[in-house]
Amino acid sequence: MSSETITHGHTAEASVHSHDSHEAHGHDHHHEETFLTKYVFTTDHKMIGKQFLITGIIWAIIGGLFSVLFRLQLGYPEMTFPFLEDLFGKWAAGGRISNEFYYALVTMHGTILVFFVLTAGLSGTFANILIPLQIGARDMASGFLNMLSYWFFFLASVVMFASLFIQTGPAAGGWTVYPPLSALGQASEGSKLGMDFWLISMAFFIVSSLLGGLNYISTILNLRTKGMSMTRMPLTMWAIFFTAVLGVLSFPVLLSGAVLLLFDRNLGTSFFLSEIVVKGEILPNEGGSAILYQHLFWFLGHPEVYIILLPAMGMVSEILSVNSRKPIFGYLAMVGSLFAICILAFLVWAHHMFVTGLNPFLGAFFVLLTLLIAVPSAIKVFNWLTTLWKGNIRFTPAMLFAIGFVSLFISGGLTGIFLGNSTLDIHLHDTYFVIAHFHIVMGVASFFGMFAGVYHWFPKMYGRYLNNTMANIHFWVTLVGSYLIFWPMHYSGLAGMPRRYTDWSNWQSFNMFADMNRFISTVAMIVFAVQLLFVFNFFYSIFKGRKVTTQNPWGANTLEWTTPINPGHGNWPGDIPEVHRWAYDYGKDGRDFIPQTEPVGANESKH
Amino acid sequence: MTDFNRKIHPHKFTLWIAIGSILMMFAGLTSAYIVKRSQASWIMLEIPVIFWYSTGAILASSVSVHLSLKALRNREMQNYQRMLGITALLGVLFLLLQVVGFSQFEAKDIRLVGAGSNASYSFLLAISGLHGLHVLGGVVALVVLAIKAFSTKVRTYNTIPLEVTATYWHFVDVLWIYLFIFFNWMK
Repeated sequence: MSSETITHGHTAEASVHSHDSHEAHGHDHHHEETFLTKYVFTTDHKMIGKQFLITGIIWAIIGGLFSVLFRLQLGYPEMTFPFLEDLFGKWAAGGRISNEFYYALVTMHGTILVFFVLTAGLSGTFANILIPLQIGARDMASGFLNMLSYWFFFLASVVMFASLFIQTGPAAGGWTVYPPLSALGQASEGSKLGMDFWLISMAFFIVSSLLGGLNYISTILNLRTKGMSMTRMPLTMWAIFFTAVLGVLSFPVLLSGAVLLLFDRNLGTSFFLSEIVVKGEILPNEGGSAILYQHLFWFLGHPEVYIILLPAMGMVSEILSVNSRKPIFGYLAMVGSLFAICILAFLVWAHHMFVTGLNPFLGAFFVLLTLLIAVPSAIKVFNWLTTLWKGNIRFTPAMLFAIGFVSLFISGGLTGIFLGNSTLDIHLHDTYFVIAHFHIVMGVASFFGMFAGVYHWFPKMYGRYLNNTMANIHFWVTLVGSYLIFWPMHYSGLAGMPRRYTDWSNWQSFNMFADMNRFISTVAMIVFAVQLLFVFNFFYSIFKGRKVTTQNPWGANTLEWTTPINPGHGNWPGDIPEVHRWAYDYGKDGRDFIPQTEPVGANESKH
Repeated sequence: MTDFNRKIHPHKFTLWIAIGSILMMFAGLTSAYIVKRSQASWIMLEIPVIFWYSTGAILASSVSVHLSLKALRNREMQNYQRMLGITALLGVLFLLLQVVGFSQFEAKDIRLVGAGSNASYSFLLAISGLHGLHVLGGVVALVVLAIKAFSTKVRTYNTIPLEVTATYWHFVDVLWIYLFIFFNWMK
């Protein structure tokens, strides 16, 4: 069983289920697969997950590269880079990134990483790969919808990618695309055709997320194997479940905002536009409300940060427990805190809008609800630390990234307590303090969760391991680098340095940070280079990595490790295993681990 | 299949979640409408009389889709096909009446979009338009079912596809009733 590749899986499975053939119908006589049905229009959840992952990786390289480009401008404002002009022409005339191009770069960096990488690339990948494997199902509730979900994402990707190449450039105006800037083509280059592409792409993206989310919820609630009660599910499943609920309830609201914005842009309506003069021209619009858009946007936008973070939390919980060889501490508290975060996520959106003229009395409620999120967050951190406490820790690359996640979540989360206060926010709003906060707690932390997941489940995905040396370099440089990039930003942010500026060198208050900016930019380039090392490791290991020789390389309890090393479509060659216990029986009764499939012994208490 | 208790078909369950999701979109839109209404320069809506007829059409189509499902359960295939066709036609009729209703605004010199338009009428158009798209999706599903029913090489008495479609159809019906009451109440 050790060395069959995916293509040989069929014959290997046939030999396995010769002894129990009654259940295997619809699985063992699956028809010959062509390249198209196997790799392109596949309905196999594992392949769809890989499609999401690889598309996400490509987007991450593009989005990361954009940050390197604008860090180049921020760190070295006095220098010119002729190669930029060769590459980008008028956008970098004279080797300096133009203001319009800078704004387009930060907008695309945010859009790509928030939506295309950390939503589709993270939930899309791990929800697809893990849900059927961990709950014990042959596939998703609807393989067809699942396939559509990927192809809508692909379509969204094509539209967004195309927008990078149009004459007036991609959307600019920040990833939140606030009107009136985003609603008026005459306002800036980035509000012309690029903005329509952005909105259309996002509409496809939302459809993709919804189709995916519906499937995830439906599968987790309906297709669990015998014995897999909700409270026996691994925490990854709970996290992905709540993520899907958040997405299904919040993305439609963003869609309604996007539709109204498209109306304002193309049909001359006044949902978000009030009396405006642009370049001396008096516009006919009256009576619109730009704040209305912000409400619609942040009603999605805030749950969105948890859509990004929760899957990472779930995977980290699982990986910490497996590699500490200890049960997760406070399983139900972990589920409860996920639930609490899920509820609170819908009740805090206006904390992004404290300085829009929001009624301070109303703001007080949003402050309270925002700070309440600290409670479930602290419960989670406490439980992660107590899971590690006195554990028999194995420092696999996945474990390193999981511990890194906890570290980043703590240090990024603490600054959230500053920002959640409406009074402090008057000073901190739109400064680098905000940039530092959300990059650490949501961006880098979620990336760490994602890396942990990739390193941990790569053997399940491809039947091979990632290279450990490259993985360790990847981890240490990324961890140290991330802190070196974002910690100094708290400092300049507290001093009031505003975001979205291309150059502070003539600004007396902030040009003292020039050295620091150069330092940040240099580190950012190094960290980006190391991510390319990871990408190399990923693709190299798919083909040349060390082969997995045992079914359960990490000694984990969950069901995915009871499948063959390279599972075919349908996952288990014979019967789907029955589950008798929760997923966290590590170090119990003198045994290292007890898989979920093992019946509860006579002297054991039931879980 | 294992013997665990499967109370609801996964496709039906998925539909119910999708309905929740669609509801969130219309909740977002109608909340935006309420927020906007309380602000300056809001014009009172005049709901076209023809919308009462379209409401009648979509109500009738809910009855016909129900009858169609009943016929399929009793395996009265001809009746099932007839009712399915009637439902799809009523759906198209609803959409046509909506379009006619909106085209009447021009005669009254009320702008829905463009210069001189007021957000109240733009909202009416955007919200009803998005609802119309959902009805159109339902019509497509009905047509697909009808084509399958009329080209009967293989006779199937599986009621799940029709049950899913019927539930969705009732949903877009109820959604319109909600929107219609909402617009009349919140002019």
